[in-house]
Amino acid sequence: MRVAVVGAGPAGVRAVEQLVRAGLRPLWIDEAPDGGGRIYQRPPAGFAREARALYGLEAPKARALHAALDALKPAADWQPDTLVWDIGADPRELHTLHEGQVAAHGFDAAILCTGAMDRVVPLPGWTLPGVTTLGGAQIALKAQGCAIGRCVALLGSGPLLWLVAYQYMKAGATVAAVLDTTPFATKARALAGLPHDPATLAKGLYYVARLRAAGILVAEGVTPLAIEGDGERGVSALRWRDAKGRERWLDCDAVGLGWGVRPEPQLADLAGVPIRFDAVQHNWVPQRDAMGRTPVRGIYLAGDAAGIGGADVAEMAGACAAQALLADAVLPVDAALTGRLQRRLQRQARFRAALERAFPFPARLAAAMPDETILCRCEAVTAGELRAAAEPEGPHGAAPEVNRAKAFTRIGMGRCQGRVCGMAAAEVLAARLGCDVAEIGRLRGQAPVKPLPLSAAPEREAAA
Amino acid sequence: MTAPVDADVLIIGGGGAGCSAALHLAWRGARVVLLERGLVGSQASGANYGGVRQQGRHPAELPIAKRSHALWRRLPELIGTDCEFVQTGHLKLARNEAEAAELLAYLDVAASHGLQLEFLDGMALRRRFPWLGPAAVAGSFAPEDGSANPRLLSPALARAARQAGATLLEQTAVTDCRHENGRFVVETATRRFRAGRLLNTAGFWGGQVAAWFGEAVPIRHHTPNMMVTEPIPYTIEPNVGVAGGNVYLRQIPRGNVIIGGGYGMGDPVVPMSRPLAQVTLQAMRRAAALVPALAGVSVIRSWSGIDGMMPDKIPVVGPSSTTPGLFHAFGFSGHGFQLSLAIGAILCELALDGRTETPLEELSIRRFLAPQGVPAGGVMA
Repeated sequence: MRVAVVGAGPAGVRAVEQLVRAGLRPLWIDEAPDGGGRIYQRPPAGFAREARALYGLEAPKARALHAALDALKPAADWQPDTLVWDIGADPRELHTLHEGQVAAHGFDAAILCTGAMDRVVPLPGWTLPGVTTLGGAQIALKAQGCAIGRCVALLGSGPLLWLVAYQYMKAGATVAAVLDTTPFATKARALAGLPHDPATLAKGLYYVARLRAAGILVAEGVTPLAIEGDGERGVSALRWRDAKGRERWLDCDAVGLGWGVRPEPQLADLAGVPIRFDAVQHNWVPQRDAMGRTPVRGIYLAGDAAGIGGADVAEMAGACAAQALLADAVLPVDAALTGRLQRRLQRQARFRAALERAFPFPARLAAAMPDETILCRCEAVTAGELRAAAEPEGPHGAAPEVNRAKAFTRIGMGRCQGRVCGMAAAEVLAARLGCDVAEIGRLRGQAPVKPLPLSAAPEREAAA
Repeated sequence: MTAPVDADVLIIGGGGAGCSAALHLAWRGARVVLLERGLVGSQASGANYGGVRQQGRHPAELPIAKRSHALWRRLPELIGTDCEFVQTGHLKLARNEAEAAELLAYLDVAASHGLQLEFLDGMALRRRFPWLGPAAVAGSFAPEDGSANPRLLSPALARAARQAGATLLEQTAVTDCRHENGRFVVETATRRFRAGRLLNTAGFWGGQVAAWFGEAVPIRHHTPNMMVTEPIPYTIEPNVGVAGGNVYLRQIPRGNVIIGGGYGMGDPVVPMSRPLAQVTLQAMRRAAALVPALAGVSVIRSWSGIDGMMPDKIPVVGPSSTTPGLFHAFGFSGHGFQLSLAIGAILCELALDGRTETPLEELSIRRFLAPQGVPAGGVMA
């Protein structure tokens, strides 16, 4: 039986671990030069920073995952630095790109652990040099040991905002401000009395306390207004309105921003897995059962690509998806392990729901974006141009959903294929059309998952 | 069920042909209702390559293509937008002597229809289009041809048709239709429509509509494999094709290169369609062979859509052989985009005047029916 696992983050590592335990030798592909995923991303070879410095309170988990990763590599057909750019249903094939060469790998069953990326709400100035996502800011620190600027403002909402701020402070970077768009009361309401995961809660409170103690400007319930600067020198300041409605600004030379994360389900989408809007997560999430089985036979999902749960959930879900695959293949399974993990996953789901209520995606902020804001940075489409596509008087009539708006305006048609702006674009369009964002639809998945150079096409006709 | 809706003309299928017909009929003051299962221009009309060419067409299509050409040039005046139509010329290349002979042979066909073409040998070709690689040995240039944005045409026609008084109903699938007491009755899930004239512009699914009236034809579904690159400096001005048609490409002034070639896969029942990785790679290789500078450029997106393919690769256009008042225009076999504007004008004339000046004999549905009117083939998925 040919089994493939895409991704070597927390979910992928634990999935492969179970498959190898069952005597299988999976094809194991990761886009990065090494495994660990974004959360436990390793520095390049030759970098010598300690795990404690890189991963903070998560260092023991990172070390354990890296140990498992390294132990499993020889037991699998390990192919790092390899992009899966398409997945075929009939025949079942993963289409890969590695060092400029394409290849096709047949499989009978695959576990897709393709992770997540930051949710972004564009604001005026967000395309200036020096602006990155919170996830990008964190990776700069973890992988390269550098900060995104000399004086960094962090903006957004969610646990990652506080974690990145803390990590930057610990690493000795100057954090100019931490600006949370969620009011304190919203967070307090959602989290109070829901201590399903007291450790996570405690960590969050610890980060905030440490930042305040260090004298860093911390504000909640803010409304971001603009990032100031110019194309030559990049970011010079950040402007916002505080919770009392006063306009504020501060000097900075870099901004990290993000509002939680969303699944990267492109491969699941291309494999034909239905994708549904999850109102709690406020994300489009591929359909799967508690074990990670999808309605498409032979396709399993785990980790944040299957719905945001974070790294601990991803590890458990990876093991479960592997167990589901083994059960469906009538191979020996570990029922005790599955039962234990499923109970823990259920508890985590309740905590996750509380977390989503505590740090809601700022849909109204996105919908209220000024007309002149560049919404799609690949194609330089403004929010105003997208709103015009919703007008019946326009030259092509009104676009009733997001793919038609894409056709009219080119929004989401660039190199990133709407990964960055797609969510905010849907909010802008939904608000203008006066309907729910779930009804606006999502940008449909189209191969290649990431850009594919023409030179990668083999010289000769591939054997059919 | 609510009371039936009565109209002068009913149209099934909101691609370019159907929307253009709705517009022409509304201009003439007819009460027209168009029924579209999805959004207008969702399948072949919206997902195609965007080529607007007369060169290389079957002689039976050339009079329609010529009529369409005149309408393309007038689009801004007719519907308030040009749908990015640009007359860049169409360059058809030969990659060997046999293909060059094919280009030469077509010169006579074109001349007899008043289509101006310019034949270029290898030297002349490279002098004029220095971005071409050594694969091209000869070419035929049609200066009046060009391209347009297929994602804009049907919605723009639909908007103009609505403004002119037509009723276009999207997300409205036809479940049955029949001819009774001299009138067409068309059913959807929630409503019934009646009219004296019916236009079948349902693309691949036009085969099903024809079958409802005892005119089953051997139509197959056809899913062109399309892709687009990241933007690069604008250099490839003409719309480029090859003899045999296994790759075609055009660059838009903003820089992206649109490449097509081969077929993806699809299921007209869902309906769904998608490109196939191996076919995408094959077209990438062929495109880079024609224009070597493309080798370093990346494809960022691919897509497909469902069209109807006839065995002789030309559409069915004209009156039904079984049912007076029914007019077909479907099965455009991968090259209906350019024709769609004139098809609408022709269907309008057929529906309102019972005749058209544009010759359609060779495109009649009769060519697929046995002499007694017994179908010669079935609808194939």
